[in-house]
Amino acid sequence: MSDLMQATRRGVLDGMHGGSAVARLTPAAPASRISLRAPAASVEALSGALAVALPVKPKTSASANGRHALWIGPDEWLIIDESGADLVAEAGKSGALHSAADVSHRNTAVIVSGPKADVAINAGCPQDLSLAIFPVGACSRTLVGKAEVVLYRTAADTFRVEVWRSFAAYVFGLIAEGAEDAAL
Amino acid sequence: MSGANRISGWGRLTPAKTARFTFDGKSYTALEGDTVASALLANGVHLLGRSFKYHRPRGILTAGPEEPNALLDVSRDAARRQPNVRATVQEVFDGMVTSSQNRWPSLALDIGAVNDLMSPFFAAGFYYKTFMWPKKAWEKVYEPFIRKAAGLGEAPKEEDPDHYAGRYAHTDVLVVGAGVAGLSAALAAAKSGAKVMLVDEQPEVGGALHYDTGVKINGKDGFTWAQETAAELKAMDNVTVLSRTTAFGYYNHNMIALCERVTDHKAKPGKNEPRERLWQVRAKRVILATGQIERHMVFENNDRPGVMLASAGRTFLNHFGVAVGQKVGIYTAHDSAYEAAFDLKRAGISVPAIVDSREKPGEAVLAQARAMGIEVLTGHAVLTVGGKLRVNSMTVGRHAGSATRKIAIDALLVSAGWTPSVHLFSQSRGKLRWDAETQRFLPGTYAQDSLSVGACNGTDDLQATIEEALAAGELMAKAAGAEGNGKIEITGEAPFSWTGGMIGAAEGAGPDTTVKAFIDFQHDVCAKDIRLAVREGMQSIEHIKRFTTNGMASDQGKLSNMHGLAIAAEMLGKDIPQVGLTTFRQPYTPVTFGTIINHSRGDLFDPARKTPIHPWAVAKGAEFEDVGNWKRAWYYAKPGEDMHAAVARECKTVRDVAGIFDASTLGKIEVVGPDAAKFLNLMYTNAWDTLKPGKCRYGIMTREDGFIYDDGVVGRMAEDRFHVTTTTGGAPRVLQHMEDYLQTEFPDLKVWLTSTTEQWAVIAVQGPKAREIIAPLVEGIDISNEAFPHMSVAEGKICGVPTRLFRMSFTGELGFEINVPADYGQAVWEAVWARAEPMGACPYGTETMHVLRAEKGYIIVGQDTDGTVTPDDASLNWAVSKKKPDFVGIRGLKRPDLVAPGRKQLVGLLTKDPNGVLEEGAQVVADPNEPKPMTMLGHVTSSYWSSNCGRSIAMALIADGKNRNGKTLYVPMADRTIAVEVVTDMVFFDKEGGRLNV
Repeated sequence: MSDLMQATRRGVLDGMHGGSAVARLTPAAPASRISLRAPAASVEALSGALAVALPVKPKTSASANGRHALWIGPDEWLIIDESGADLVAEAGKSGALHSAADVSHRNTAVIVSGPKADVAINAGCPQDLSLAIFPVGACSRTLVGKAEVVLYRTAADTFRVEVWRSFAAYVFGLIAEGAEDAAL
Repeated sequence: MSGANRISGWGRLTPAKTARFTFDGKSYTALEGDTVASALLANGVHLLGRSFKYHRPRGILTAGPEEPNALLDVSRDAARRQPNVRATVQEVFDGMVTSSQNRWPSLALDIGAVNDLMSPFFAAGFYYKTFMWPKKAWEKVYEPFIRKAAGLGEAPKEEDPDHYAGRYAHTDVLVVGAGVAGLSAALAAAKSGAKVMLVDEQPEVGGALHYDTGVKINGKDGFTWAQETAAELKAMDNVTVLSRTTAFGYYNHNMIALCERVTDHKAKPGKNEPRERLWQVRAKRVILATGQIERHMVFENNDRPGVMLASAGRTFLNHFGVAVGQKVGIYTAHDSAYEAAFDLKRAGISVPAIVDSREKPGEAVLAQARAMGIEVLTGHAVLTVGGKLRVNSMTVGRHAGSATRKIAIDALLVSAGWTPSVHLFSQSRGKLRWDAETQRFLPGTYAQDSLSVGACNGTDDLQATIEEALAAGELMAKAAGAEGNGKIEITGEAPFSWTGGMIGAAEGAGPDTTVKAFIDFQHDVCAKDIRLAVREGMQSIEHIKRFTTNGMASDQGKLSNMHGLAIAAEMLGKDIPQVGLTTFRQPYTPVTFGTIINHSRGDLFDPARKTPIHPWAVAKGAEFEDVGNWKRAWYYAKPGEDMHAAVARECKTVRDVAGIFDASTLGKIEVVGPDAAKFLNLMYTNAWDTLKPGKCRYGIMTREDGFIYDDGVVGRMAEDRFHVTTTTGGAPRVLQHMEDYLQTEFPDLKVWLTSTTEQWAVIAVQGPKAREIIAPLVEGIDISNEAFPHMSVAEGKICGVPTRLFRMSFTGELGFEINVPADYGQAVWEAVWARAEPMGACPYGTETMHVLRAEKGYIIVGQDTDGTVTPDDASLNWAVSKKKPDFVGIRGLKRPDLVAPGRKQLVGLLTKDPNGVLEEGAQVVADPNEPKPMTMLGHVTSSYWSSNCGRSIAMALIADGKNRNGKTLYVPMADRTIAVEVVTDMVFFDKEGGRLNV
């Protein structure tokens, strides 16, 4: 029935923008994501299959060719791929024991960037986001207000805030208020 | 002219910068930087309000945040109005409107002042004793009366139009208080290279240097040094200086809450500026440099307007350039008040006498007073003062009954000495110690990584304060990891070393039981009230506090606690530490609710979770209901339809044609791993290893105790992959429950759980035409009844995007649940709707979903169950495996009371009158004529009008319900009793279930 419509994608943050001169908020482009769970013995094989070295140190990440592996827990990673790859299939090729669940649409992301991006996020996030404590590449599952997020610093002045779809507008709104306050 | 009492050439405000404001309708001119208190005093206004209980005229007692008296209503406009604002803290801005409180018809003539005459009847503990009897009068008479009389000020009724901000911050060293000690400590810490935050509640740094003009630091005027030091700190990258910022709470792990007042002093706040900003600061080390608060003297009529603290008088004079009177008396037990006399005298104000309760004041101040020609009466007391709306005389004598002298004055500055501000230290759970020599509580054992320096630590000498602060700054910076050299030298010189101080009632308070010698001004507690409390048998300060309400006003007894304690100790014949100290609580000073909630208003109050199909439902005019944080489409009323009509139509349409329903909020958990089936076998009562890939099954989850916890359909996608669904509200806790068991009970299983609730948009298509609607949209799945029977699941494509298609039903009709990645949800829904609409199908909401499932007798966990219902009680025993050796709840289900006969069981109820719809929650009885209390058999859990059955239907939990088939029971309501028939078969529609399998 390919003559029928091809469903179009509608992101929950499509068209939204906000923030201030010191912290801009933009929705991230769609990406493939998996929640990857695996024992330590599988890390090497999965790293090979996914072509990115799974980090084993808390609060760290690894990136290769537009693919990011974020340490979430001792046996848990969030893999984000900006090229639309089938990550479940790729992880499956490892042959190693693991669980890969597609969460490409469960999560969306807000990019917060600017000289006071950290201050804007701190309107709702209790973590220390100074560069010494939360350097580029650092990531953490944490809170923004009442919502759980995964915070990922992609540059000194840029954060990627991964959030579940239905909490995205709330998180966007809270950080946007923080961004306005940070500009004062 | 900014007031007749402004002394030209004195103070630090700029005469050219003025602001206009009103007080009780009268317009005044203030200078920029004035507080309302200083501006009113400049204009000769001392009477600012009426007291809480006795409606006594009250004025300004202090010049700071400890003010108990001068509480005003302050507004910017109609909605921006705030009661109980301390006139000594609020800065004047142009156009500000202020008014006095607790008076009628006017401040000078207040009818409520009759309470002052009636006061013998309003002794402490009056409420407890008087309103005991009769019991009924409490609700009807006493409580409404007390509520009306209680409380100062009036809260605005309009919504607060201001916005508030909040921010988390981290620092190495947080310094609270920017007086000499705080500035020195901050400078040493900052020079050591630590990240430093310095906060102070006043508009500018300086602390006591605001009034203590005799102090020189590094050879220059102390206040000037403070401003320069603040500027130096502000210029450093590693330092944040916040003024107008109160550290109001010291919590665990060095979490300090700050309230920054951003715009309250501005005539025209910036557009985006928040009124206030809450800072939640996590500091590696905290330095408390919170100073000390002066105490008043306790004597008769010590609350008369014009009586104020000596340091306040100095602040008004030296900082604001305002003379608090022209003939100012001094009554003191401490050297510090002498300096107020010196300052006043130098400014040309008459000081008729310094009355000192001590025989031996400090020699230096005494000599200076004599040199300046000021009369000093040592060993004397002010026994009382004259004047009602403003003090006009003081009566001085050695003690009551001795020869007295009446001296004309128009203001009286008092000092009983100083109380170290240990509030934050105490909030940090540090233990205070009593210093007997200086008669004060000081920081003893620290509970957190903090240090107190300067006056709040009992360090009196200026140079000692500076050195203590510098050392603390350096030490704390190093402890926080800074490695720089923080060695600096600062020298301070003060003209006098102060001695003296007293706590408790002075001579003028008398031994009398009628004298009004106030200790707590805000709650009108006198020395005699403490004595009464002790006479009535109170021994602990906690009891005395509650009996008298001493220290329980919004100022939390900053002035009164020590006096109350000393009077109680004297009465009890005990030492002060034995009587005890009440606990210091957050917040240090009142904090607005706006600051506390800051960003959490409107849309940001709570996340409103919306499904991908939400915008479509909004456009269709759906009504929504809240399910947890989710907004779910409740029903889709057509023009002219009410909810009842809309739901009746939707129910009928689904069974006659088809309906589409947004089930996206259903909880979903991806269970993956080689032991996935084994794990589900343990978590659900059913067997899962027998379920083949491509099939799904309804499962029941029980808790360890055997009661139903959740239910849902589970699809097996592959040998090692299950798609579990949960109830909407149960999603987070079911995942938690499963994760808990996986990690603690079954850690050896190779299986992992991932929440995929939001990965999938779920479109339920239900009804006889369901297949016809979706067939042309589906690719790669044969959805014929033969190839894809009821309870099947398959992966394929719909509208060109991947789908997990379930053949299942919560309506009893032929049904499909289309799972598509969430971002495609709305497009696929629209495609389905484009097919469904021309066939006469409808979208339906949760209300119709509830009715349709009830027609089939399907339960809703949490509505038809309440945590005490077993699978057997709900007639779901078929879903409990008899073969499995173990699952969560297997032992619970064998408990004697869970298998006993006569338990409350879920049954159907049919009203004898088919048109009557029962109320959910209504109780059910066997004998409607039984006298109360009746024997209640159970209650109605679900009840609806069923347009498909043409009658009402209901479900109920009834004791021994399964043995009551066909029996008549009764539902007694307020106005009538409804007869119902029990039907143990809860399937009201399509009993054979044939419609499912077409």
